[in-house]
Amino acid sequence: MARTLTVPLPARETPRAPTTAILESRLAMAEFLLGCEDLRECGQRSVEWLVEQAGARQAACLCLDLQENRLAPIASLGLPPAAREELSFEIEDPKHPLVAVLHGRRPKVLSRSVPGVPRSLSGTRVLVVPLYGLFAAEDVPAGLLISAPVTSELTRDVRWVADLLGHRLVRLTRQRALTESDRLLRRERMLLDAVPDPILLTDNEGRLLMANSQAQKLLATRDDESEGRRRAVALNNMFFSSALAQTAIPEALGRRREVVLVDPIEGTDLVFEMLNTVATDAKEGSGIVSVLRNVTDLRRATEEIEENYRRLRVAEADVRAERDRLDLIIDSVADPIVVTDPSGATVLMNAPAERLFTVSRDATPDESVRITANDAHFSSFLSNLFIAGEEVRRRGFVGLVDPPTGAAMPVEAITGKILSEHGEVIAVVTILHDRTEQIEKARLYERLKEASEGLERRVLEATAELLRRNELLDRQRLALEQASHLKSQFLANMSHEFRTPLNAIMGYTSMLLQGVNGELLPTQKRNLERVDSNARHLLSIINDILDISRIEAGRMPLHLTDFSLGELVGEVVAELEPIIERSRLAVSSRVAPSLPRLHSDRAKVKQILLNLLTNAIKFTPRGSVKVAAGPVQGESGVRIHVIDTGIGIAESDREKIFEDFRQADSSPAREYGGAGLGLAICRRLARMLGGTISVTSELGKGSTFTLDLPKRTRR
Amino acid sequence: MKNAKQGAADGAGRAGPAARAEGTLILVVDDFTDNREMYAQYLAFRGFRVAEAADGHEALRKAGELMPDLVVMDLSLPGLDGWEATRRLKRDGRTRAIPVIALTGHALDGYSQSARDAGCDSFLIKPCQPQDLENEIRRVLAIEGAEPEPRGRKERHA
Repeated sequence: MARTLTVPLPARETPRAPTTAILESRLAMAEFLLGCEDLRECGQRSVEWLVEQAGARQAACLCLDLQENRLAPIASLGLPPAAREELSFEIEDPKHPLVAVLHGRRPKVLSRSVPGVPRSLSGTRVLVVPLYGLFAAEDVPAGLLISAPVTSELTRDVRWVADLLGHRLVRLTRQRALTESDRLLRRERMLLDAVPDPILLTDNEGRLLMANSQAQKLLATRDDESEGRRRAVALNNMFFSSALAQTAIPEALGRRREVVLVDPIEGTDLVFEMLNTVATDAKEGSGIVSVLRNVTDLRRATEEIEENYRRLRVAEADVRAERDRLDLIIDSVADPIVVTDPSGATVLMNAPAERLFTVSRDATPDESVRITANDAHFSSFLSNLFIAGEEVRRRGFVGLVDPPTGAAMPVEAITGKILSEHGEVIAVVTILHDRTEQIEKARLYERLKEASEGLERRVLEATAELLRRNELLDRQRLALEQASHLKSQFLANMSHEFRTPLNAIMGYTSMLLQGVNGELLPTQKRNLERVDSNARHLLSIINDILDISRIEAGRMPLHLTDFSLGELVGEVVAELEPIIERSRLAVSSRVAPSLPRLHSDRAKVKQILLNLLTNAIKFTPRGSVKVAAGPVQGESGVRIHVIDTGIGIAESDREKIFEDFRQADSSPAREYGGAGLGLAICRRLARMLGGTISVTSELGKGSTFTLDLPKRTRR
Repeated sequence: MKNAKQGAADGAGRAGPAARAEGTLILVVDDFTDNREMYAQYLAFRGFRVAEAADGHEALRKAGELMPDLVVMDLSLPGLDGWEATRRLKRDGRTRAIPVIALTGHALDGYSQSARDAGCDSFLIKPCQPQDLENEIRRVLAIEGAEPEPRGRKERHA
């Protein structure tokens, strides 16, 4: 449609020239419309002008609301209220006569009979003029102007007003729309900026289309910013692009992924979770919206939580290990341990305690009864404990029995209450200590002590007794020593006292026999010889007695020398030559050539041999006497036999002859003289020398005396 | 038995009555008169000159006065005993050379040695036959100081 852009005023040809009044009215109207900023007022004045100045009976101005997509009257005059209702409708229906006019862009006269034309309008026809702007671009209609009746003049006026009003309304509508959209934009911006998360819109090539302020802080630079910040931003763009590039993979879309960016101000790492969504717009095409959620704190919190969780797990493991160890320790304690809660229910017990208080599956009926009794005793002990009161630690005795045997088991119970920080009892730990052994030990100890004391007493008594005896012995020893000394003294004196008169007897006898006092009669001489003989016998007895006494008194010292036994035997035989001669016996001696030298007391050995040989001669009326000396085989000793063919000794007398003052024939009228001390002395002397004398004999056939001597006599 | 043998020795003593006995003065010291006079009587019979003393002091006095050729000293004497008397004799330069024969009834060990320690030249135990004493006197005087006298068989266990 051709239009004149330069002419705002009605340029259309008019059928008649307008009057001055009308021109003025039109001028006023035009001025008003040009200056009016209010849509509704524009409509109202236009409708009023048509009715009042142009002669219309009815007029209405409808305005198109693009948002609502409907037409609605903004001003009307001369219309019934129902008409206003009818004039408000949606423009969806292109068949609607009014809508058709609107889009047809040309004024049209419509009959009331046409369906869709409001019935409430008066008259038969109405003029409907679409309201358009003056510029071709402005092809969006602003609304409709309706008037009636339809006259040529009125039509001309209506079209004039419609041109002006249309232009104005389009302007105002657009202005209003612009204002609206700007506000909307700003609001959107506010909304976007208010979101604390950076939000970005990028095109499919990754170019940034839009970013909220949070995103701009991270990804946009201003000229006045420092180099460091610019570098941080450049880095961030790189990271972001890289992250975004991955969204090209279709599966990655909608997924959350982490992007680490740098805080350009703080320089710290920020962790974001990036959520991408493809947004599609009909006009703009598709783009990618990225929402970055700052999860730095979350991440830190997560890490902390994870760390805490890990620590918790470790602590839990520690606690479990500790608990296991505690269990192990508690179980390994030989004493029963029971932990109970304040109601007396068992919380924990170790194996030894279970043995006492828990009926096991394989327990015998007797055991079960005993265990139940134990449990009852223990429970009663515990309840007494609570009745008893305040002290935290308590010690007591519980009479239990050993379940398998039923033996009494006196148990010492040490109980400790475990208190909460509020002082309430939360558990009771009881350690039971079997005192059986201890009591037994104590009993044994007592007995031991008694025994020990008894022993000590006895030792003391014995010691005292010993001391007393020692003292007694000391006294006895002293007395003995004194006695011994006295005895020795007595012996010495006796010896002296015997010898002195004997000396006179023998001396005078000898002198008389020598004829010192004149010649003697034969009878006198014989009698004196008897005196002499008896005196000599007496002397030999005295000598023997002294010998025995000296041996007994230990006053016969040993004079040990080395000598030849063979020589000694020869000497003894030679010395006895006179009596041998008189005896007319065959006396012989035989000494083994291998006989070693003896280490002994020569004088004593000689005395023994003299004695044995003299005896043999004395008790052998006829036959022979042999002396034989040789080594004892296998022993370090010598053996000397004196063998005679004499009267022999009865078996019953064989030991008697070695006793003091004994001869085999002890009758007063015995045939052989001698004090009977010779063999007694010989046996004593042999013992002194470490040897023995023994005899074998056959009555009437002879005797063999055997002297055994060691090669070396020890003191 | 040994005593029987002594009888045989007696004959040996008698075999050589010493012509030297004449003029030889023997001092017999013994407190027991019977023994002292017995020896004195026998020694006189055998041709010795004999002086007697009954105790130690008398013995010392007589030894000093008479200067005997030999002293027969009993050891157990009243007052000054034989041991002490012998010691004094042997201490005195004049009497030192006079031989002393101890003659005692003490037959036990130790007496012999104590007598020798006191200075006795010989030691005889009672009972001692007069002829045994004479033999000892002869032996001591003949070989005076040459060697110790052979112990008589009477000296048992000395």
